[in-house]
Amino acid sequence: MSRAKPATAGLAAVERVVSPGGIEAWLVEEATVPIIVVDLAFRGGAAFDPPARPGVANLLSGLLDEGAGPYDSEAFQQRLEEHAVELSFHATRDAIEGNLRTLAEKRDEAFELLRLAVTEARLDPEPIGRVGAQVLARIRHNLTEPGAVAEEAWHAAAFPGHAYGRPVIGTEPSLGAIEREDLVRYRATAFTRDRLIVTVVGAIDAATLAPALDRIFGALPASAPAAAIPAIRPAGTGRLEVVPLAVPQTTLLFGRPGLDRHDPDYIAATVANHIVGGGTFTARLFTEVREKRGLAYSVHTWLDPMRHSATVMGGLATKNERAREAIDLVASEIRRFVADGPSADELDKAKKYLTGSYALNFDSSVKIARGLKQIRLNDLPIDYIQTRNAQVAAVAPADIARASERLFGDGDLFTVAVGEPVGLTATADAAAE
Amino acid sequence: MTRSAARAPRKEAPTAASEPAAANGRLAVGRFTLDNGLEAVVIPDHRAPVATHMVWYKVGSADETPGKSGIAHFLEHLMFKGTKRHPAGEFSATVAALGGQENAFTSYDYTAYFQRVPKEALKTVMRFEADRMVNLVLSDEVVNPERDVVLEERRMRTDSDPSAQLSEAMAAALWMNQPYRLPVIGWEQEIRGLDRNDAIGFYDRFYTPSNAVLVVAGDVTTEEVKALAEATYGKITDRFRPKPRSRPAEPEHFAPRRVALADARVHQPTVSRLYIAPSYRTAKGNEGHALDVLAIILAGGSTSRLYKALVIDQAIAAAAGGYYWGAALDPSRFALYALPRPGVTLEAVEAALDAEIARLLAGGVEAGELERAKTRLIADTIYERDSQSALARSFGAALTTGLSVEDVIEWPERVRAVTAEEVLGAARGVFDIRRAVTGWLESAPGEAA
Repeated sequence: MSRAKPATAGLAAVERVVSPGGIEAWLVEEATVPIIVVDLAFRGGAAFDPPARPGVANLLSGLLDEGAGPYDSEAFQQRLEEHAVELSFHATRDAIEGNLRTLAEKRDEAFELLRLAVTEARLDPEPIGRVGAQVLARIRHNLTEPGAVAEEAWHAAAFPGHAYGRPVIGTEPSLGAIEREDLVRYRATAFTRDRLIVTVVGAIDAATLAPALDRIFGALPASAPAAAIPAIRPAGTGRLEVVPLAVPQTTLLFGRPGLDRHDPDYIAATVANHIVGGGTFTARLFTEVREKRGLAYSVHTWLDPMRHSATVMGGLATKNERAREAIDLVASEIRRFVADGPSADELDKAKKYLTGSYALNFDSSVKIARGLKQIRLNDLPIDYIQTRNAQVAAVAPADIARASERLFGDGDLFTVAVGEPVGLTATADAAAE
Repeated sequence: MTRSAARAPRKEAPTAASEPAAANGRLAVGRFTLDNGLEAVVIPDHRAPVATHMVWYKVGSADETPGKSGIAHFLEHLMFKGTKRHPAGEFSATVAALGGQENAFTSYDYTAYFQRVPKEALKTVMRFEADRMVNLVLSDEVVNPERDVVLEERRMRTDSDPSAQLSEAMAAALWMNQPYRLPVIGWEQEIRGLDRNDAIGFYDRFYTPSNAVLVVAGDVTTEEVKALAEATYGKITDRFRPKPRSRPAEPEHFAPRRVALADARVHQPTVSRLYIAPSYRTAKGNEGHALDVLAIILAGGSTSRLYKALVIDQAIAAAAGGYYWGAALDPSRFALYALPRPGVTLEAVEAALDAEIARLLAGGVEAGELERAKTRLIADTIYERDSQSALARSFGAALTTGLSVEDVIEWPERVRAVTAEEVLGAARGVFDIRRAVTGWLESAPGEAA
């Protein structure tokens, strides 16, 4: 029942571990629960997909635990189950991410299975066909899932011709076109030591972890050339797009250009977003949209800093008859916020929430490993957990004013409405910008 | 998949706070009961300076009066609308300013409210939660917009999703009499008819300390929590003693049910099967544990029999799986599903699914798969210890569905003891097509898929 290191404000103390072969991991040693969690990521993600074949990274992520080294798919899955090891991978726009969870007593077996998955996945024809069929089933399901339809339509129009405009999961035609060679080529490009991020939390110490890192990841090439992904600013601000779908409710997804994760105003923008539409029952949109008017069950805004772009997004779903009212209300609330700013009390409470609740993101080994991975993906420093609250606390009214202006501007949004909204007309030039 | 808690021989908790002591690798929890009848469970977790505070009421949608479906869930929403002492919004604003997170949820058998807070804030949220246990005040002004919120929630979760609509039809067909046939959120026209008086009436029937369970997990000791509970919940007078929870039961079943929903919005067909199955509370002996093991062997992930047969070997399904829902007060469900690959009919995947059930009933389970399933279920309980919220939920769900703290703590040992004969016996008891409903989700005729 010992904590590895004293931690600032009770938050995890993070140790940098570098293997003899030069692979770096961030470690939090925590032996209370006898498990080990490893989170990893290879930068690149769906942004590295061939433009004509979106879905390669996503399909590959589904195949890494479907047979590797000496084991075919069934044998690999059985070994995972025999040792109660949990291993999963998924693709995002900017990375293929993995998560390993093992009982501490099964550490060596688990690390070996992880090694095989990241360095020797077989990509046999049977799992390619089977996992491809599962992805297709999801793509077909998404065709009428309002949230998924809105998400795809928004990004397609906001990022025309760019990797971020293509669906991570792929399309029906692209899934039909992807060949094993696409997967192999992708892996050779993206699975390199210089794109690798590893974080480890649990019942393991640095001396044990360091050589294990080389055993697991040492066979990966140091680096490989990849096409540069251009930066892009989301288009469409001020436009409304309607995607007809026979449902009684209109799902609204709206957004506009956001701030880069390393922008000096990013933290202030986080506070501003929290006040407008963050995750508590006190946010302005929650109060105005849900509490006062009963327009929607859920309404949120969020910042989405990507590697090559940034957005501020928001969404809600309301009955078709009230879609117009909801859009107007959101717009007027955002404009009111930019014009008047928060009250001193609102700002104070938002900072208290954001600082006070930060520890809740790090109260389990799974969450710490995931949180640290995100910090590394965002290129933030190893002491970020310890310093982040001071940055939030330092946000002054002038910072909020500046960040809100930069974040929300004149309040114009690009909005996608999925459903049969009454009285909503798409902007005329909906095709392209 | 539901990792359910276990069935209960014992129920009484000691009245003095007992300090947890781990033994045999068992989870250590503390417990006490206040004089007003409030039961409490404390799960120490000193890794981070935070606490999860939950109050579970032994009331859910299955306790509703006929014609008032949705009132349990509607009241859950309205519990955020203020009390005599604290006007609407004050509790939420306080939680947020403390750096806390909060929410609530409703199911067939329970309704729960929770906050996750820095540990120093525990007393504050306990005071507010105790206050709204007995002092709720509602006006039409807050009730009416909230009814619209619930209708939007229903539109989002059910009315915009054909698979959710089919699920409602399947539940209504599976249960001929038991109230699990009604959706937790309620039927739309009945939600529309719910008002302030319905909510207060329901509150006055079910919300009182002796009908609630307090669960606190986090950087606390049992003694600390007991002192805080006495200073907050302990000040409340029990409003009534809850009546035994007795709901209408199922009659004998003779006719297998089938429902089908065809909709132009469906692009991926699905076949689902629900069987009536004993819950941990209604099961005999190790039957509940055996059903959890059975669910892993037959339908749990990519090493399961269904997945291997339908998805890998025959390659007729894109996915196949299932689960057993054991944490229920009354008889519950065992669910299976399969998604046909393009060009394969629902008939074909349903026949293959039935063939796997028949094979299991004829040949039983093998030693290797039994061992793997048990290893996985037991490991899951170790993984669960990493999450104080998940632990708190396990105890809350168990104690509001007729189980005891011991049932949860001893669950891994009882899973370990399950035999192949018990799994086969449980399967024979459950897989009776007369006590089942089969649901087809299809593309509308004439529509391109």
